[in-house]
Order: sequence, then structure tokens, then C-alpha cells
Amino acid sequence: MIRTYFDEMYDAGGQVRPHYREFARWLAETPDELLAQRRREADLLFHRAGITFTLYGDEQGTERLIPFDTIPRSIPASEWRIVERGCIQRVKALNMFLADLYHDQRIIKAGIIPAEQVLANEQYQLAMQGLDLHRDIYSHISGVDLVRDGDGTYYVLEDNLRTPSGVSYMLEDRKMMMRLFPELFAAQRIAPIDHYPNLLLDTLKSSSPLDDPSVVVLTPGRFNSAFFEHAFLAREMGVELVEGADLFVRDDRVFMRTTDGPKPVDVIYRRLDDAFLDPLAFNPDSMLGVPGLLSSYRSGNVVLANAIGTGVADDKSVYPFVTDMIRFYLDEEPILKNVPTWQCRKPDELSHVLAHLPELVVKETQGSGGYGMLVGPAASAAEIETFRARIKAKPHAYIAQPTLSLSTCPTFVENGIAPRHIDLRPFVLSGRETRVVPGGLTRVALREGSLVVNSSQGGGTKDTWVVED
Amino acid sequence: MLSRTASDLYWMSRYLERAENLARMLDVSYSLSLMPQDGRGDGLHELAMPLLITGTLDDYLERHGELHAERLLHFFALDAANPASIYSCLGSARASAHAVRGRITADMWENINATWLEIRGIAEQGLSRYGMSRFCEWVKERSHLFRGATYGTIMRNDAFRFIRLGTFIERADNTLRLLDARYEMAGDQADTVSDGTAHAYYQWSALLRALSSFEAYTEIYRDAPGARHVAELLLLRADVPRSLRACTEEIDQILASLPGTNGRPAQRLAAEMDARLRYTGINEILEEGLHAWLTEFIPLVRQLGNAIHSSYLEAV
Repeated sequence: MIRTYFDEMYDAGGQVRPHYREFARWLAETPDELLAQRRREADLLFHRAGITFTLYGDEQGTERLIPFDTIPRSIPASEWRIVERGCIQRVKALNMFLADLYHDQRIIKAGIIPAEQVLANEQYQLAMQGLDLHRDIYSHISGVDLVRDGDGTYYVLEDNLRTPSGVSYMLEDRKMMMRLFPELFAAQRIAPIDHYPNLLLDTLKSSSPLDDPSVVVLTPGRFNSAFFEHAFLAREMGVELVEGADLFVRDDRVFMRTTDGPKPVDVIYRRLDDAFLDPLAFNPDSMLGVPGLLSSYRSGNVVLANAIGTGVADDKSVYPFVTDMIRFYLDEEPILKNVPTWQCRKPDELSHVLAHLPELVVKETQGSGGYGMLVGPAASAAEIETFRARIKAKPHAYIAQPTLSLSTCPTFVENGIAPRHIDLRPFVLSGRETRVVPGGLTRVALREGSLVVNSSQGGGTKDTWVVED
Repeated sequence: MLSRTASDLYWMSRYLERAENLARMLDVSYSLSLMPQDGRGDGLHELAMPLLITGTLDDYLERHGELHAERLLHFFALDAANPASIYSCLGSARASAHAVRGRITADMWENINATWLEIRGIAEQGLSRYGMSRFCEWVKERSHLFRGATYGTIMRNDAFRFIRLGTFIERADNTLRLLDARYEMAGDQADTVSDGTAHAYYQWSALLRALSSFEAYTEIYRDAPGARHVAELLLLRADVPRSLRACTEEIDQILASLPGTNGRPAQRLAAEMDARLRYTGINEILEEGLHAWLTEFIPLVRQLGNAIHSSYLEAV
């Protein structure tokens, strides 16, 4: 099958796109040895600083570096403004959807989303029903995953409204680029991003009705794959990094244990899934959570960011309805497109999916991290048959999408520079206002032809530039 | 400060200090084992000393059955399966640092992380290829470097205080145990004020060197090392940085400077211990019997450690 890819740097005629011209000129002028030496320097710096992630299923718990590529992904500012507006629009609608879902359920009554699609969903939290949240915000921190198809159109691949990660790499990649190649930043206007921790702290503070709330970051602990990021954000914001055992609930209020006695906690930026938050309310085996937290939360004594129960809105079975949500709540046309999606729970769509498995991407509705998905064109016949059986056994647990071609960006590989597929995750902060720092995290699939950009599956990252044009 | 953060900082420096002390212990025993043994065994006895002091000899015998020089050294220094090995201590120190990396400076973190990456390289090579003495020197040097990075970069706040607290509790315990063990090895003559046997001389001078106190000793006493003076130096002299008295003085001051009232039991205990050393002369200790006195003091240090735990590190 012949596909056409949209390349971020070169147009179809092989000419450098205008927003990459400055970079291309620099790249041509810079000797290869110097570039190679700088790349080694970057590896060393990342390793020494311990900017690593842990891989699940790896017995030794080895910490690995996420490969960092020194060729940036660049977006012209005019194009970015559209993407930015699209992300903000989408997250606003998703927050309104969550508020509606846990209150009046107008969208169900209007017949736009079938009730069983959300109410029977595992991620729907009964505990949230009727609970009023400050500013009606559920997803304070959202990650919107975007890809570009053959003609360069942006599509939303998925919304991440639970505990989206990767923002530390966005910030560290920029720091590294500025350290290695300061001349690039002098030559053109690249939008700064290092104020993200400030915006995050401001967002978290504004999630509480208190004037100066005490904010903490809650991590599952040092063995979590994203521990580096949790520690990084706590440090950058200047707030305590706590584990569940550091917190306790007394008289429906949350406190942290300090060397100077208990100290009250008002806002918890939690990087822990719903199920582990409170062993009294959810998974009783969880050692990570805080007994009594849910009760305190329901009494309005503490803010959780993100709120409990946001998972119902980023579930892949709800994804097909997001464009309708935007029309319903905002009365606007969606700025960003959804990828066409077949829902296997519908018999006619299921038969289409089963008949076209080799061409499609099939995902578990509740999977994440690139685990449990089938990329038809890249899969062996045996893999396809295994998946076919799994889909037939549990059709409602799967959706399918056409295999998008995913745009490419030049990337350093073993034999020089070659195009590799990329995606983009801007981080949307919702508080007093809804904001996005320019760009986001660009992930790159380092294996030739691969479309899977997840770090757990051999993906790397690139600095992402929004360049004034 | 978060109790767990304080706990991680405290244990980070305790484990690092422990690794350093283990290396010091190992260094003495290794060099003494190379000396002519004069019918006192084959040097294995000496090599087993560090295991005896740290209470890991039984674990070793269970795993390896008999004393064997190379296995002993590996077990003590680089065995990842031995939780008391230098390797494991550095791993634990680094894990604690990892948990609180937002609370220590980048210099400190990068230093302790590099130490961990390097010892993994050394473990791959094996001790005989790397060299025994070189290894002990390396561990000490890494510990010095980390301390230097700490003193030179971290803010003087509670984090700094808990880091130092861990160092001195660990060091006090170690000095007591080392002295006790050498006293036993030096034999009966140790009771006399200054015994002239070569064996005792090497025992005491090796101990002083292990605790980097040889120079201090000669400067103060200008005499061949013997039990009385060594004990006085290592227990009662506040100006010798690895002495018991120097440790209790630091601990007492640090605890007194911590905020809040929940630390009173630990503060009282530390002040009592410090006062006891301050107003004790070496004659009183020798009258009671050095071994008996040490045996009484070692649990006190443990008790102080427990009090610090319940006052600050596991506080509710």
C-alpha cells in the first residue's frame, strides 16, 4: 500500500517549509562532528540528571532514558493559534460534559449520547453524582493527543483527562536545546514555555475557593514510571511531593505529617488513578491512597486535580461523541477534527471492522500507553487472528480507526537523518481561565515505519517550537 | 518538613555514612590480613572481622558454608543479595536520594547518582580486577565528595539538619563497634596502659587509621597507641571528628535547633548522652571495664535513633 506522508520540514516538492528555513540553514552550516558531539553531551546530561522513566514489566525496574532527538518539531505561530483554540474549545466542552454528566445529564436526555454508553462505564463514578466542584472544573490538567494525516490536517487522536504525563520532558527538552544550541534561539522568535510550572501552580490554586490554599503533588511513589515528573513538578512549583502514607484524614480534613506536627492540605495535584485514591471507597488493597480522602473530598474540604471520575470523558468509547459535545454545550463548530471511529459494540460497525482488520488500528476502549492495541498494517497474520478472537469475545471493549499516516519529521537515526512519525500533546490548564503553553510534547516513533510513539514502546521526544512567521 | 522527606534525607546520609564506615572497616581488616599472623590463624580470621562487627557472619556462613577470602570480600563489598553490603548501602542511599531529589541540590543528586552508576560498573568488573584498596579508597572518596557537595550547596534548613543527624548517629554507632571489636582482638594485654607488643600496636594503629585519627593521636599523645589513649581519643575528645563525643555534641545541637515540641524525648536523650561523655574521664570508663562500658553505650545510641524516628520521622 502506498501512502503519502505529510513531512513537517519539507513540502511535497522537497522544498524546506518557510518556518523551518532558519533551522535548515543552520543544520547545513553545522559540521556533522559537532552535532554528534552535542548529541552525546545531551545523553550524558540526561543520564547524570537521572531524567528517566521506569518500564513496567521490566523485572529489574531499570530506569531508562527517553531518547531525545535534537531536530525540533516546529509549528508556525499562525497554525498554532488554530490548534490552541481547538484544544481549549475541546477541553471546555469536555469539562462541561463532565459537570452535566454528574448533575442533570442534559446531553443524555437530548438523545445525543446513549445512557448506557456513560452510566454503565467503569469510569463513571457514582460518588461524583450531584457533587458541586469549584468553577465546575473536573479536568484541570488535560493532554490532547494530536496527529496529522497525509494532507497535514490535525486530528485529535485521544483526550487525556486523568493524569496526563510528559510535561516534564517538554520542559527538559527545551532546556537541553537551549543549552546545546543557544544560537538557534537567538536567530528566531521561538515562543517560551518555561513558565508552565507557574501556570500550573496558578491553576491549582485557583481550583480552591481559598485565597492561599496549601497545594501538594501526590505521587504513587518512587517506583512509578513517571516519578521523575512528579518530583520535577513539585520542585518547580515549590510545593511538597507527598505519598499516600504522608497524608491522613482527621475530622474530614486532610493533613500531611511533618516533623513539626500535622499541616493542613487544601489542593492535591494527584498523579494517582481514581481506584487507588482511597482504600475505604475504592480498591481496598491499595497501599497508595489515603483512607477517608473521598469523604473529605465530598465534604468540599479538599480539591483533587483532576477530579474523580474524569475517565468517563476520555474513554475511547465516548471519544466519538466529543464533536457533538462541542456543538451541544458551546454551540460552536469543532475546530479540531476527530478521527473517524467504528464502535465495535454496534453490530454493523463490528462486521466492517472484522472484515478490514489488516487496514485498521484497533484499540481497547480503556487501554492507554500503547498497550493492548493492534496496528493492522504492521501486524502479522497471527496477531490479527488473536485480536479478531479478542474483539469477538468482547466487542464493546474495542473501537477501530483507519490507520492514519501520521506526519513525519526529520530525525537523527543510526545512518544520518531520516523521517520518522510524530504526534503532539499540548497541555491544557483549566482554572480561572483555560490556557495552553505554546507547543507541547512531541513524541517520535524511532523505529522506521513505526506509528507507535509511546515511550514504553521505543518512542523518543523532540523539542517543540512555535515559531513566529 | 514532611516526615517522610526528613526520613529519606536521614536515611540517605545514614546509608552513605555506613557505606563509608564499611569501607574503612574493610580496609583495616584487609591490610591486617596481609600481615604475618604469628600462629593466630591464616588471615581469614581477620577478614571475617567486618562481618562479625556488622553481625552478618551468620548470613555469610549460611550462604557460603566456609570462610574463603575472595567470597568474604565480595559478600561484604559488592554482593547485591547481601542487604548489608557496601553495594546495597549505596543503592539504598541513592534510592532515598531519588525519593527526595526535589529537596536536595542538583549537585548532590548528580553526585550520588554517579556513585551508584559507578559502583554498578565496579560490580561488573569484580573486586579482584578493580583492586581491594582502590575500592575502599573510592568509597571513602565518593562519601567525601557528597559531603562536600552537601556542605557547599544546600540551604541551611531542616533538610540540612536531618542529613547531618543521619551522619552522626551512624558514625557514633560505628565508632563504638569498631573500638569494641579491636579491643577484643588486641587481647588481654589491652588492660595494661600501654602494651608494647607488636600485635597490639598494629591492631590499634590500624583502628586509628581506619578512623582517620592516627595523626590526631600522635599529635596529642606522642606515644605508641595503647588501649587507654585510643579509647580516650575515640570516646571523649570533642575535637576528633569521628569520636563518639564529637558525634553526640553535633546530635545534641542539631536536635535542639529543630522546630516544634514533639522532639522532646529525643532532645532529652541526646543531651543526657552528651553530658555523660562531657563529664566522664577515661579512668572511670576503664574502671568499669571498656567492654562493659561500650556494651552499655551501644544500645543508648540505638535508643536515640528510635527516639528520633518516633519524634520526627514517623510523627503523626
